Amino acid sequence: MSDRLKSIEAKQKAWQERYNQSKQRGAKFMTVSSEPIKELYTPADIADFDFERDLAFPGQYPYTRGVQTNMYRGRLWTMRQFAGFASAKETNERFKFLLAKGQTGLSVAFDMPTIMGYDSDYPRSFGEVGRVGVAIDSLQDMETLFEGIPLDKVSTSMTTNAPASILWAMYIATAEKQGVASEKLNGTIQNDILKEYIAQKSWIFPPHPSMRIITDIFKFAKEHVPKWNTISISGYHIREAGATALQELAFTLADGFAYVEAGIAAGLDVDDFAPRLSFFFNSHTDFFEEVAKYRAARRIWARRMHEKYGAKDEKSLLLRFHTQTAGCSLTAQQPENNIVRTAFQALAAVMGGTQSLHTNSMDEVLALPTEKAVQIALRTQQLIAYETGVANTIDPLAGSYFVEAMTNRMEQGAEEYFQKIDALGGVLAAIDKNFFQQEIADAAFRYQKEIERKDRIIVGVNDFVQTENLTIDLLKIDPEIEREQVQRLQKLRATRDNDRVQATLADLRQAAASTDNLIPKILASVKAYATQGEIVNVLREVFGEYKEKAVF
Amino acid sequence: MEECKIRVLVAKPGLDGHDRGAKVIARALRDGGMEVIYTGLHQTPEQVVEAAIQEDVDVIGLSILSGAHMTIFPRVKQLLLENGADNIMLIGGGTMPEEDVQALILSGDAKALFTPGTSTEDIITWIRQSVYSGESA
Repeated sequence: MSDRLKSIEAKQKAWQERYNQSKQRGAKFMTVSSEPIKELYTPADIADFDFERDLAFPGQYPYTRGVQTNMYRGRLWTMRQFAGFASAKETNERFKFLLAKGQTGLSVAFDMPTIMGYDSDYPRSFGEVGRVGVAIDSLQDMETLFEGIPLDKVSTSMTTNAPASILWAMYIATAEKQGVASEKLNGTIQNDILKEYIAQKSWIFPPHPSMRIITDIFKFAKEHVPKWNTISISGYHIREAGATALQELAFTLADGFAYVEAGIAAGLDVDDFAPRLSFFFNSHTDFFEEVAKYRAARRIWARRMHEKYGAKDEKSLLLRFHTQTAGCSLTAQQPENNIVRTAFQALAAVMGGTQSLHTNSMDEVLALPTEKAVQIALRTQQLIAYETGVANTIDPLAGSYFVEAMTNRMEQGAEEYFQKIDALGGVLAAIDKNFFQQEIADAAFRYQKEIERKDRIIVGVNDFVQTENLTIDLLKIDPEIEREQVQRLQKLRATRDNDRVQATLADLRQAAASTDNLIPKILASVKAYATQGEIVNVLREVFGEYKEKAVF
Repeated sequence: MEECKIRVLVAKPGLDGHDRGAKVIARALRDGGMEVIYTGLHQTPEQVVEAAIQEDVDVIGLSILSGAHMTIFPRVKQLLLENGADNIMLIGGGTMPEEDVQALILSGDAKALFTPGTSTEDIITWIRQSVYSGESA
């Protein structure tokens, strides 16, 4: 082996001399994350590579090649398109349409007031109701959202974080009204508050009570909703905010380990909740860097869960993830080019072994997507699945000198970031010190400067520019939706049993001030038709509100 | 004239947390020699105008990616007028369809709007020219 390596290295040296004398086209050879890339990768770059230790087989530790034994030969990834707009009634119709087309998984996009825990009639909600997702104020809206959709037959992903416990309680209560026991429910709540402080910025409460709500959810799910993915630890938003691929990987996994430590600190056994942790990554346009990121993510998670946290259940070691293509890569200029960008990004996610995938629509850089744009985005996934042949074999890029070297580099880089975060006192302390926020802001600024200096070419933006841009049809949201939603909410407040609402909220207030699990109390308030805003207000009184020290 | 730095309030109204653009612009303007105040997220139009007056800025830059631009720009403009502060130049950026951009410029609710893909150098040049020509007028 080492003789062979020596011989290769000698030959490589000769080649290198010839290469150095050859013409180069003067571009900066770097990834989308500004990582320099060499002209050639050889066995020398993975000299200590050990197949069994570093790769092994799909469904085998350290899971570099995938979390399942059969991967896409068993079942293709779930094509799960995120949807939600206007009111519960409109979105319910869209869901039924999607289910009729054979989709079995739903993914709910909420509007900004719902994401921030405000009712639709709160002054700050003005102009934002139903705009970027569906407006949900109370159990009544949740019942409408899933009217006629049997919740024991579908799995539902809900993108909610700070108020995740409340929307989850509404979902459980809606199922109960349908006669579906909570034990049968399948789905995911995003519920990842750490990345809110780091990047997405939809927080309500300070970190410590927020982490307590999350461990309360872990405990309640273990007892009553065992099939639910209690958290979707998200790198997506970290990347969108400007992070590099390595930062996305490292910060997301650091968050994941922080949740593991919080669960253990709350008295749970790691195997009681770790199997229900899931992940959510971005896919940008630099194909090999993305593939390396996913492969490294699985390996790092498995190794740490095994070596550091002593997980015994194999399911605790599996990093299962959803992917969304990079919204931040789309350009307003020549928007049809976004179809192509998204296709390459989706291909990277599939080559990286994703469990589910959302492909962005070409027009999302301008507005919510039209039906036609969404259809092309979904067809992109179907083309990859059925026409390209990439799903025929498992982890087809394994063994590539470049891909394995990149995967190793990702793992090493992530370990270096973990050490930095530990030195700062852990994830919460690092957030408080603006470590992540500053790293991301620096990377975003560097990327912008690279584009302005033309070190990086973005087709249609700083090269291959067209003066006349093709205009495309955009979706518009009727402002009347907001007025109707506010009317519905005010009618509910006037007709519900307000004594019961007050009693359940008083009970919740008491639990918040103690160490009792909050979820049963939230569930009782939700069933009394307390609104999300009312429940958040009670918790805000006890927990206070997070304030960011903004850096740029 | 060169010694008095242009003062810019970069503001992020609305409920969304998309602050990448606002932060990149804030840093570019600062590097371009301007005095930059960044409000942070989730600001109401009232808070934006109050901060602008308190900080005695020449320019307010609103960053909006929530689709709420058609309500927020007119509201901020109205509050500036009501507070006798409409000498402050109101500009902005974010994801906005071209027809909305045209409408806001035509109505005078925004002096200039910079949509994705604009270089920060162009924005710096535009602000310098507009502020200095406004002073000499």
